[in-house]
Amino acid sequence: MMTPPATTNRARAWLGWMWRTTLHELLPPLVGIGLFVAAWWISSVTWASSLPSPARTWEMSKLYVLEPFAKRGELDQGILRFTWNSLVLVAQGYAIALAVGTPLGFLLGMSKQFTRCFDPIIQILRPVSPLAWLPLGLILFQKSQPSAIFTIAICSMWPTVLNTAVGVRAIPQDYLNVGKVLRLSRWTMLWKILLPATLPYMFTGFRLSLGIAWLVIVAAEMLTGVPGVGGFLWQEYNSLIYEHIILSILTIGIVGFVLDRLMSLVEQRLKFA
Amino acid sequence: MNDSFLSLRGVSKSFGSGTGVREVLRDVNLDVQRGEFVAIVGYSGSGKTTLISLLAGLLQPDQGEVRLQGRLVTQPGPDRGVVFQNYSLLPWLTVFDNIHLAARQAFADWPHQRQVEHVENYIRLVNLTPARNKRPGQLSGGMRQRVALARALAMNPEVLLLDEPLSALDALTRGTLQEEIKQIWQQDRKTVVLITNHVDEALLLADRIVPLTNAPAATLGPSFAVDLPRPRDRRALNHARQFQEVRESVTDFLVSQRRRERESAAPRAAVASSRPTQHAPIDLLPPRRASKPVSAAV
Repeated sequence: MMTPPATTNRARAWLGWMWRTTLHELLPPLVGIGLFVAAWWISSVTWASSLPSPARTWEMSKLYVLEPFAKRGELDQGILRFTWNSLVLVAQGYAIALAVGTPLGFLLGMSKQFTRCFDPIIQILRPVSPLAWLPLGLILFQKSQPSAIFTIAICSMWPTVLNTAVGVRAIPQDYLNVGKVLRLSRWTMLWKILLPATLPYMFTGFRLSLGIAWLVIVAAEMLTGVPGVGGFLWQEYNSLIYEHIILSILTIGIVGFVLDRLMSLVEQRLKFA
Repeated sequence: MNDSFLSLRGVSKSFGSGTGVREVLRDVNLDVQRGEFVAIVGYSGSGKTTLISLLAGLLQPDQGEVRLQGRLVTQPGPDRGVVFQNYSLLPWLTVFDNIHLAARQAFADWPHQRQVEHVENYIRLVNLTPARNKRPGQLSGGMRQRVALARALAMNPEVLLLDEPLSALDALTRGTLQEEIKQIWQQDRKTVVLITNHVDEALLLADRIVPLTNAPAATLGPSFAVDLPRPRDRRALNHARQFQEVRESVTDFLVSQRRRERESAAPRAAVASSRPTQHAPIDLLPPRRASKPVSAAV
């Protein structure tokens, strides 16, 4: 007698809970997106006559979205294929940025003398735009691919450098005292104390660096014509297909968002109690 | 004169520079015999941690010298095991790895298996075998301090330096750990310097109590021998006459020191620093002849 109503009650309670959660979690973002699309649509029919409407954008982009990996030509590929090309390029530049930036950050954090030497030049190079680095890369490497990688690396390096340095400086004196009392060798000190203690800071740097690397990709591809999301965007601008510009913008935004989420997931796991 | 096991001779230490200089210790002298358990008792902020850092070799005295077995202490070494007030465990290492890191340094020439067994022994000694693979974040304060103690002991040091090891713990845990330290010490009778702000703790554990006067320019007062028979039982102690006498003398010394300092505060404040020296209250014991012996543990 008791069991069936209890079960149905529980099921009902669960359904109610699901419904409320969905309402709480999903409704606000959906409302936001809805309002954004509405504003976009109203703009396209009123003051911005050359802005493609949402419906038209979808109509023109369907082929690229529904066949995301198709390759019809060098600059006529599915959107995810372009994205993949861009990601490969970003990965290369980003890898160099981390490989150079992390040790540089460690040196800055550990040595006051080193900081005094190199901090000024870092502060000067840091705010330089990717658009400024790219021509230099083209001069240095002659080809577009390596110069794009160079630009990504040099622009995205700084958050890693600075955060690693801050992390090293923020290592609690207690941990360093432990290292001293145990008379750890420099190598053990680095691997058992300095590196793990700095890791959370380093990953914050890594995450910010990835954001910048992805930001730079468009500029780099635009100027070099490398086939990728950014290259596609620039080409479609030149071909007057404005719908694809919007498609590219949305793709870049979504991919950037996903990358950032993934990195912050890793970052969360590195936080110690 | 200099044949004692561990000695401080005319040790002074200041921090800061220029007008902000603050003399923490002035002319500190101490002799510790091999196998002796010495407790240094003082108010919070009286320079106790500075003193232990000097013994550990983490700091160098401005004047005077620290000697262990006749050798000048100039840097930290495996002959001195330190237990810090705030545990100082590495949060990314498990209990085992934290202790193994120390054992590996102290016994680098041992084969791996022997090191592992050595570490396991010390984990067992502090009753942490079930928590062997946990990280410090998953442990309570008392358990963390046990790990820190095991880490120091696993190096098999000549001297154990305990810097207020129990002051961050609640009263009950504190009592339990006092018992454990007492038992461990009775097993191998290492030389121990315990720093504490808890007179009863010192009475329970130490052979000799040395009060530290207040910073700035703190120095050690006269020693008070604790000739109570071992093993000491907390409950029985409370009723022992000598326990009460020593407790009274040490407390009186610290309180009178403080009073004298207050009376002479005006001229000195003008010289030393404009910052008023405020001290957290020392554990000034429940009223003597407390009705319940348990309260002494608190």
